[in-house]
Amino acid sequence: MAIRRLTEKQPESFAFTPDNVAWAEREIAKYPPDRQASAVLALLWRAQEQEGWVSEPAIRAVAEMLDMATIRVLEVATFYTMFHLEPIGSRAHVLVCGTTPCWLRGADALKDVCRRRIHPEAHHLSDDGTLSWEEVECLGACVNAPMVQIGADTYEDLTAETFEKLIDDVVAGRETQPGPQIDRQFSAPVGGPTTLTDLPAARPSDKP
Amino acid sequence: MLADKDRIFTNLYGLQDWRLQGALKRGNWDGTKAILEKGRDWIVDQVRASGLRGRGGAGFPTGLKWSFMPKEPRDERPSYLVVNADESEPGTCKDREIMRHDPHTLVEGCLIAGFAMGAHTVFIYVRGEFARERERLQAAVDEAREAGLIGKNNKHGWDLDIIVHHGAGAYICGEETGLLESLEGKKGLPRLKPPFPASVGVYGCPSTVNNVESIAVVPEILRRGAAWFSSIGRPNNTGTKLYCISGHVEKPCTVEEAMGITLRELIDRHAGGVRGGWDNLYAVIPGGASVPCLPASLCDDLVMDFDALKDKQSGLGTAAVIVMDKSTDIVRAISRLSYFYMHESCGQCTPCREGTGWMWRVLERMAEGRAEKREIDLLLDVTYQVEGHTICALGDAAAWPVQGLIRHFRGEIERRIDAYHAGQPTAPVMEAAE
Repeated sequence: MAIRRLTEKQPESFAFTPDNVAWAEREIAKYPPDRQASAVLALLWRAQEQEGWVSEPAIRAVAEMLDMATIRVLEVATFYTMFHLEPIGSRAHVLVCGTTPCWLRGADALKDVCRRRIHPEAHHLSDDGTLSWEEVECLGACVNAPMVQIGADTYEDLTAETFEKLIDDVVAGRETQPGPQIDRQFSAPVGGPTTLTDLPAARPSDKP
Repeated sequence: MLADKDRIFTNLYGLQDWRLQGALKRGNWDGTKAILEKGRDWIVDQVRASGLRGRGGAGFPTGLKWSFMPKEPRDERPSYLVVNADESEPGTCKDREIMRHDPHTLVEGCLIAGFAMGAHTVFIYVRGEFARERERLQAAVDEAREAGLIGKNNKHGWDLDIIVHHGAGAYICGEETGLLESLEGKKGLPRLKPPFPASVGVYGCPSTVNNVESIAVVPEILRRGAAWFSSIGRPNNTGTKLYCISGHVEKPCTVEEAMGITLRELIDRHAGGVRGGWDNLYAVIPGGASVPCLPASLCDDLVMDFDALKDKQSGLGTAAVIVMDKSTDIVRAISRLSYFYMHESCGQCTPCREGTGWMWRVLERMAEGRAEKREIDLLLDVTYQVEGHTICALGDAAAWPVQGLIRHFRGEIERRIDAYHAGQPTAPVMEAAE
């Protein structure tokens, strides 16, 4: 099991913005009466989006909003590995999938790039504080391996070279194109689908 | 090969419009009202007759599962349908395609399945990492609600609310009772069964947990008839299936094929063949990380369905085929899976919490040859100590890959131990994950 603890340096306080408070109330209302605890993941997510990470004061604030014991929210925040319990890179936190399907197709080379370009160790900020990285378990894009996730987007079918260029783009604040980084339609085989070719022509979908 | 006309996910690759207008053109939401008018029992009977087995890995008959739900409310408790979209089994990336490219198959399936089990509320639990997929699915749910297809007083005559719930990175929440705990706002610690979810599920109410693909195929089965679906594949292993082919193939891909296709046809026809040719195949994990690997010698005529793979002491699981060619360090490949299970163990059962880490550490040594041969049997024994002695199947899932490795590649482990003790370094190998 993953052992995760709160970081020592914590901010004084946390408060949701008024917009986020209104959002949280809508989220809580999705669940049956007295089942507001179901919204705990959603509220922790929103706290993380607002501050970049989940701090101890944020955990207290969420507990109060949901009428939960603080320890219950603390155990949720430490159990689910997508909650950052310490500050992450201000521009990007790179999740590198290292599980076997990605490893078979070169995830180690991506980790080497992270070590060289960001920090020799995972969960550390780069010198200028803009980037951080960690190795994660299977992200569910195995036929597009190897891949990384930055924020909500995945970057797939990477090589060390294309990944390095992606980092350059992120550092320079250039727009990036999520999805496969080679000429390929999502999870279809390279060169075009072997199925669904017998269907009426349809217009191409927007890329995510 | 399955004909295109028999494929259910006709927008698998996102070549067409995923929105409601596009979905209607593909035939989704066609005659849904007439299906509901045939009644609950008819739907459950049809799903049973189609032979559909759960697509999340265990292969439990879907119609039978639905029949466990209370027919009449015995008390005040509502019934719930919970869709497991916490797709996290290494190698598996099929539900992702359904949610982002064919989301209306799932939304329509939720209405029909919800009706068939008397549920007015559906929770879809999407893994945390699938942020874009969740946005897409939410948009499809909103569209369907605005069009009066679901929601209150909809045109189908069965009120249905769909709540898209967001996880936050925990493989164990793909276990059905761990998922229910997580949905209630707790750590995803699996529950002891019985009671089963059909009697005590989310919020203590009758619930059924189904995989995304299991629900998404239902509307098409009911439109075309159970006999159509059951005519594909072999008895007890019927229908179409999304296969994900990853690893050392020329063209990794996800594809919908008939159950019972051979591994070789699947790889050669759709994935461009094994890297370096079929003879370069070394091993395959045929159904996602948790099923035992098989050596190339068993792969020539390997049939890809539940029963055929069980006969080979492996499993179809989620039909996530991880292909490994002769360049693979098989001990490290399996060791990396052991690391995965160590990382994802929830920690409540001692055999799993302690055993997963123990197995990983021993395998890391064995990968170098830094071990004794007697430890191989000790390792095997530990896998049996873990298997079957935990609340949920994660313990089994951690044990099986190691058992598969020892069953088929014991010689390779012994060779490394011999080489290490002879003071000869083994052939250069790829770096391990840790």
